[in-house]
Formats: sequence, structure tokens, C-alpha cells
Amino acid sequence: MRIPKMLAAALMLATFAARAELEITVTGGDVAALPIAIVPFGQVPEAGLDIAQVVHNDLERSGRFRVLKRQDMLQRPVQPQGVNYPTWRSQGMDNLVVGQVARAENGGLYARFFLLDTVRGAQLLGQEIPIRDISRLREVAHYISDQIYEKLLGVPGYFNTKIAYIASSGLGYQRRFQLMMADADGENPREIAASREPLMSPAWSPDRKQLAFVGYERGRSAIYIYTLATGQVRKLIAEPGINGSPAWSPDGKRMAITLSFENNPDIYIVDLVSGARRRITDHYGIDTEPNWSPDGSKLVFTSDRGGRPQVYEISASGGDPRRVTFLGTQNQDASYSPDGKSLALVNTEGGRFRIGLLDLASGEMRLISDGRLDESPSFAPGGAVVIFATQGARGAELATVSVDGRVRQSLRQAGDVREPSWSPLLR
Amino acid sequence: MSHLYIRFVPVLAAALFLGACASTGEHESTDTPTQVPGTTEQPSTPYSDNVVEGSTVLGGEASSSFDAAVASERGLSTNVVYFAYDDSSIAPEYQSVIEQYAKYLSANPSAKLRLEGHADERGTREYNVGLGERRANAVQAALTAQGASDAQLSIISYGEERPADVGHDEAAWSKNRRVQLIRQ
Repeated sequence: MRIPKMLAAALMLATFAARAELEITVTGGDVAALPIAIVPFGQVPEAGLDIAQVVHNDLERSGRFRVLKRQDMLQRPVQPQGVNYPTWRSQGMDNLVVGQVARAENGGLYARFFLLDTVRGAQLLGQEIPIRDISRLREVAHYISDQIYEKLLGVPGYFNTKIAYIASSGLGYQRRFQLMMADADGENPREIAASREPLMSPAWSPDRKQLAFVGYERGRSAIYIYTLATGQVRKLIAEPGINGSPAWSPDGKRMAITLSFENNPDIYIVDLVSGARRRITDHYGIDTEPNWSPDGSKLVFTSDRGGRPQVYEISASGGDPRRVTFLGTQNQDASYSPDGKSLALVNTEGGRFRIGLLDLASGEMRLISDGRLDESPSFAPGGAVVIFATQGARGAELATVSVDGRVRQSLRQAGDVREPSWSPLLR
Repeated sequence: MSHLYIRFVPVLAAALFLGACASTGEHESTDTPTQVPGTTEQPSTPYSDNVVEGSTVLGGEASSSFDAAVASERGLSTNVVYFAYDDSSIAPEYQSVIEQYAKYLSANPSAKLRLEGHADERGTREYNVGLGERRANAVQAALTAQGASDAQLSIISYGEERPADVGHDEAAWSKNRRVQLIRQ
């Protein structure tokens, strides 16, 4: 629960950013969703945020839970002693969360919550979380969501994460580009960088302390690294031609990038400590969009060396690439699932660009989005959900979809939003 | 805490984008095609390309009262080459644009030209940056083959990031697959 100082500062910015709020809509649902009730917490008046409501929204939007509406609750206990288990069982609520935000004898605030199994009448979780900064209650709520998600589903929750994305509005040279960062539920959007030149390709460092991105400065592109804790930006590389597609290695020590200064776009790996650079591909086609396998041994990238752009896999030490996509007219911008077994990518078939999941062992492809111009897929931590950019009725917006394709939510704000990148889990 | 806000947003603006973020809202002058006296008036936005029927003024119309340089500049009012989908070959209809610019550059050795490559929104963003560069390279090769020197030419690709038309159909896409030739 250690949060960089800047995030606290960013909360102060919420009023500035309020008009850029991401609006969320959820459609579909998991047929196997777990029933759960989140009873409103008993809270001291100074704790303004409705913690139970944030937890409710987190779990519902994941698509993995069916959350009981508040107006259907027959009792509202705030601690396990007050729970009438048969009442909840009769409503089909196998799981129940109760909690409080209260003041300890020493004057400090704390949140306490319990996850209860109403079938067995047993306590599955019980935690007390000290609250040092009342402006960070939302993060406490996401933490509680993460604990419940992991306990009931056996995989880590991803609610206390961030999404970086690019927003743009205006036409022609009046167009304004912003690199934005928001909580995973779309709250607290804030601007990290703004430019009248394009900003592109945000990428999180594995420790989520830094963001790499592409910017243009005086008619040239460059890769920059933004450090969250200090707000500082440093230029990593600005060769003539293309400087693009930054992707951090899983150990955070290297970055795969695209450069074209030696002729045309090829993949390079830069050592972030020494600055040493190694060329990984050397082909007259366009080689770009590298992403690392979770173990850091391989890269996938897009290349049109065979005619149409397709996805290839290559050892991170170089060598001969192997084509891995054969379905559809073209496939681009692949990234590995956290378990390394599949790729999320942009598949083109019949003029439609949709998000596909390719099983690397079987070669089977499943399309999990249904737009015409979907792009920029990125796995949420844990791999249960993919975020991507799509063309909505009011402009480019972000969407998430569960990997089974069943639950979808859209995140939109005024203007175009695109190129989402989901942060790693806080470790 | 508001001082922290000042620390990270404006510091960044200073570090990266100062020139581009002037409070007048104007774009850097280096990115704006310069207007040459005597040519068709530049539209207010550089993205409204000079390809309206009848608006192009080719060399044949130059009267003898103009010197050769002005005459060749008059031919430069068409400053965009358009491309087919995922393709970087220059169609025959743009040969005259290439010829005019090549003539202008070889007649004016100190003149410089920026080639801005663009793509339509289909396909992924970074791939499209590659595609835009490939198109600009094709125009560069055509110009140098006809007498321009590499030193006069610079290339930048914006991929699909700066559409001339923000629509989502072929009419818009065909305007976005382009290389803009911009005199520096």
C-alpha cells in the first residue's frame, strides 16, 4: 500500500481533471458469476467516500461477481456478530462483506472488513487497515476489492492499478495531445504531458514507477521516460527517423524499441543502465511493435516481411524470427498474456480490425471484440481482462473485455481516448 | 500541495514542448508551409490540401515577366502526394508534382523540403508510423532521382496521428494516406 508521493498530489488535481472523467458502462455478464453482497460500511462522518460502493463497482465490473443491490438487503450489519446468516442464504448470497471505518483509541483512523461465507457461517477474511491519509480512502477500497477477488477466485485482483492512455482533441495543428493516467476504474484522471505534437505508445515499467512514451519535438520523434515520483522526464533516445514502440523487459533493465536510422524500421534492445544498444532484426520490411515474453527470453513483433503485416516471435538475443500468425489477412501489435501461453493482438479479416487471442500452442485464434477499428490491446495484471481502444459513437474510446469475451465495459471521455496501457500490480 | 502540480506539468512542457505550446495556440512555424507570394493563397489550416479542382497553378501558366525561380515556385502549390492502402508507390498522376519540386530544389540548392509521411487510421499506430516513413522515403527517392539532393530533404512520419480528415470511411482515408511536401 505504499503509494508514490505524486499520487497524493494528483488527488489534489482531481478538480482540474474532473471534466476529463472517464465514464464507464458495463455490458454482458459471466454466467458463472459469484453472488456476493457488500453491505454499506459503518463509517465515521469524516470518511466521505462510500467504500462499500467502490468495492461493489470493482467486483461488478470485473464480470466475475453478481453483486446484490443495496435496496434488496434485508439487514445491514457492520460486523460479523450482527450477521443473520439464514437471511443472506435465503437470497442466494453465498458471500458477504461487512465493514467499518472507525477511529482507534489512539485517535487514528482504520478500516476493518470481513469476508464471510454464509453457507458455512465462516469468516474467510478479516483485516484491519490503518488509514494514514484520508484522501487515499479510494485506494483502501480497491485494496479490499483485491483481497476479496483473490480469496474467492484464487488469482490476484487488479483494482489497485492504473491505466495510462492518450487523449486528443481539436483538429489540424490545433489538435492537442495528452498523456493521461487514471485509476483502473477511470477515477482520478490526470495529465502527465501535453503537446500539440503527437504523443504515443505509453508503456509502464514493471515496477510501475516510470512510464515510457513517444513524443515529437521540433519535427523529430523521441522516446521519453517519465518518473512518477519526481515528475521528471528524460529523453532516452532520439535518433533520426522513427523512435517508437517502447517496451520494458520484465526485469526493467532493458527496453525493446523501434528505430529506423540505420535504414528502415527494425527492433533494437537498449540497456537502460549502460545505454548500450543491440539490433535484433535486420530486414527491409517494417519491423515494429516489440513486446516481451513474461520470462524475458523472447519478443513478439509486427513485420510485413512476408507481404502483409503479421506477428513474429524472435529470441531476445536475436536470430531467425518465426511467424506465429496465419489467420486473417493481417495481424499486428501482439503482447503476451501474463502466463506466456497466448497473445492478444489486432486481427484483420474482411476489412475489420478486432482484438484476437491467439493460443500459441494450438494456433487457435479467438476474437474477443466486435468493433471495426479496434486496436492497442493490453492485458490487465492477472490476465483475466484485456483493455483496448475502439471507435465509439462519440469518438475513440477505451474498452475492456474479459478473456472469455463475455463481459465488456467501455471507458469514454470527451475527445478521443486511445492507446491504453494497464499498469503492473503494486508490489 | 499545488506546488507539486507546478513541478510536474509545466516542467515537462518546458523540457519537451515549449515551442509547440505557445499561448497563442499557434503551431511552430517550422511545421507550417510557408506561403509564397504570387501562389494560390494558403488555406488557414495546412491540412486543407491545395487539391481543389482548378486551384493548381502549373508552370505553363507562368508569364515571361516571372523569372524561372518564381515560375517553378508557382508549380509547387500542389504539395501533397496521395497513396493507395498500405502502399508506398507513387501513382503516375503525381509525377508532375514530383517533377516540379525536383526542378525547384535543383534550381535552388539552398532550398530545403520536409517530407511528412502519413497513414490512414486502419492498422496499428506504430506500424502506421513505419508506413508513413516508407511513403516519405518513396517521395525522397523520386525527388533525388530527378535532381534534388538528400541534403535538401528531411523526413518525418506521423503515422495516423495527424489525419487530414477525421472521418472513418474511404473518402477520409484516401485523404489521409499522403506525404506532404513542406518547404522549410
